[in-house]
Amino acid sequence: MKPGRRRANRRENVAGYTFLLPWLIGFLGLTLGPMIYSLYLSFTKYNLFADPKFVGFDNYVRMFTEDPQFLQSVQITLVYVLVGTPVKLAAALGIAMLLNYRNRGTGFFRSSFYAPSLIGASVSVAIVWRAMFSSNGPVDSSLSLFGINIGGWVGNVSLVIPMMILLAVWQFGAPMVIFLAGLKQIPRELYEAAEVDGAGPVRKFHSVTIPMLSSVIFFNLLLETINAFQVFASAYIISNGSGGPAGMTNFYTLYLYKRGFADGQMGYAAAMAWVLVIVVAIIAFILFRTSKSWVHYAGENK
Amino acid sequence: MSTIEVDRAAFLEGQIEPQPRRRRPKRKTVNTVIWFVVLLALTAIILYPLVWLVFSTFKPSSEFGQNPGLIPENPTIDNYLKVFDGIAGTPLWRFFGNSLLIAVSAVVGILASSALAAYAFARIKFKGVGVLFAAMIGTLLLPFHVIIIPQYIMFQKLELVDTYVPLILPKFLATEAFFVFLMVQFIRNIPRDMDEAARIDGAGHTRIFFSIILPLIRPALITSAIFAFIWTWNDFLGPLLYVNSPEKYPLPIALRLYNDATSTSDYGATVAVSFLALLPILIFFIVFQRFLVDGVATQGLKG
Repeated sequence: MKPGRRRANRRENVAGYTFLLPWLIGFLGLTLGPMIYSLYLSFTKYNLFADPKFVGFDNYVRMFTEDPQFLQSVQITLVYVLVGTPVKLAAALGIAMLLNYRNRGTGFFRSSFYAPSLIGASVSVAIVWRAMFSSNGPVDSSLSLFGINIGGWVGNVSLVIPMMILLAVWQFGAPMVIFLAGLKQIPRELYEAAEVDGAGPVRKFHSVTIPMLSSVIFFNLLLETINAFQVFASAYIISNGSGGPAGMTNFYTLYLYKRGFADGQMGYAAAMAWVLVIVVAIIAFILFRTSKSWVHYAGENK
Repeated sequence: MSTIEVDRAAFLEGQIEPQPRRRRPKRKTVNTVIWFVVLLALTAIILYPLVWLVFSTFKPSSEFGQNPGLIPENPTIDNYLKVFDGIAGTPLWRFFGNSLLIAVSAVVGILASSALAAYAFARIKFKGVGVLFAAMIGTLLLPFHVIIIPQYIMFQKLELVDTYVPLILPKFLATEAFFVFLMVQFIRNIPRDMDEAARIDGAGHTRIFFSIILPLIRPALITSAIFAFIWTWNDFLGPLLYVNSPEKYPLPIALRLYNDATSTSDYGATVAVSFLALLPILIFFIVFQRFLVDGVATQGLKG
């Protein structure tokens, strides 16, 4: 290599790392370093005051064998993710198709449907939700018009998860907007061709819309699933931090928070966090692996 | 768009069955009306919780649990008067000020650090750029709960709990990969001609970054600023962990003061503060809705 070239390379390296310095400090000091430390903590007993005490896999074994609260929190979180995410995505796709039917006048609807996604994570909305679904709240009293008397969802063991799922589904606007952008990319000729072959609406949805939208579906599915695992603020507010009734809003991250910061079991909470990382990694891996068989990227021949 | 074009589009999407030509316009109008009514009904359902919140702020506390409907029977502004008096010896404006301070600092930090990092990733060919970029993308999918425990321990050892440092410092270190990623994508779409011409003229990276790239990525900066503000404003877990003194509470945490103190009956104050806390975001939304919705559509941002 010529000396001049080498000097230019060195200059690029210096410039690169200078521009990257804030990110690099943050990555090493606030992400990678803490990750390694939390992995270590997950093998210890640590309460913030005494030194961490190494206990091997005890925390991990304990959560799966001796902690019914953990197992319950896994169970309700899985229900929330496995039911909530598909329903939310179906709503997002359905409304996106409805909006794609006509172009004029959709701006207002698009914005209105998106608004909940933006504010949904706020404490204010969790408070509204609790009020709306409490006994004698608006939801209950409208249902009683149809002769259904529930007496409040918030304190009801079997209805509090559906209520949380409704809150998640209500925020379908963000994936909807992404679906809508994807729908607009589908060439009209494809529908035209399907029409010539005698395809009805169902067939066209199945053979044109779904394959052409598959990369967008994949993207939304991945992000929404990972987000759903991390529900925290709404569960905290709706149950006043208790996870009740009967542990039915004790979602994974709320339970992790309670173990770590209320009970001072930092090692156990760190182990829980790592279980979450592993689960999210496995799900991402499975989605990426299976995506090869169902995700169709534009310009690829299949 | 001509009528025929609209018609053809609708026809191709299977919304309109093939019809003899003269009957088509009527059928189309009927479909459009149904479409419009369905969407309007859905909008009403979706926005009802917000409208209900706004109207409820004018209900006297005694009406909660009695009147689940929209319209207050005895409208009053007492809730607002009570709320503006503050709580726990702290006036309401103080909580607003705290939230504003944190959110504005976060916006400044995120824009500055993310733009620098994005420029390095997108335009500088330095050793290790590939590995570091992959690491940055990796943090996009990482559940952040895995780092809050060690981060908390670290800030606690540094005696920075109950200050805003743990909330603001990470923003100046580009820890939110979403914004870096968004800006990288944006910079990659800018043709290289201009900065290459500038390089031939002897401009360094600093010069190119400040005089060429920054002005060109303004839309990405504005989108990032709006989202950064709203997300920080809404953040609950961060302040819950790090802020202990009530006079330092940002709004979402302060809301719990009104809420906890009132678990018996004072719903009025709670809904009034809830609405006030939401107000800046709603105003942002109304002013920037186009930006926000298009930003989501093109970049795949979350709400």
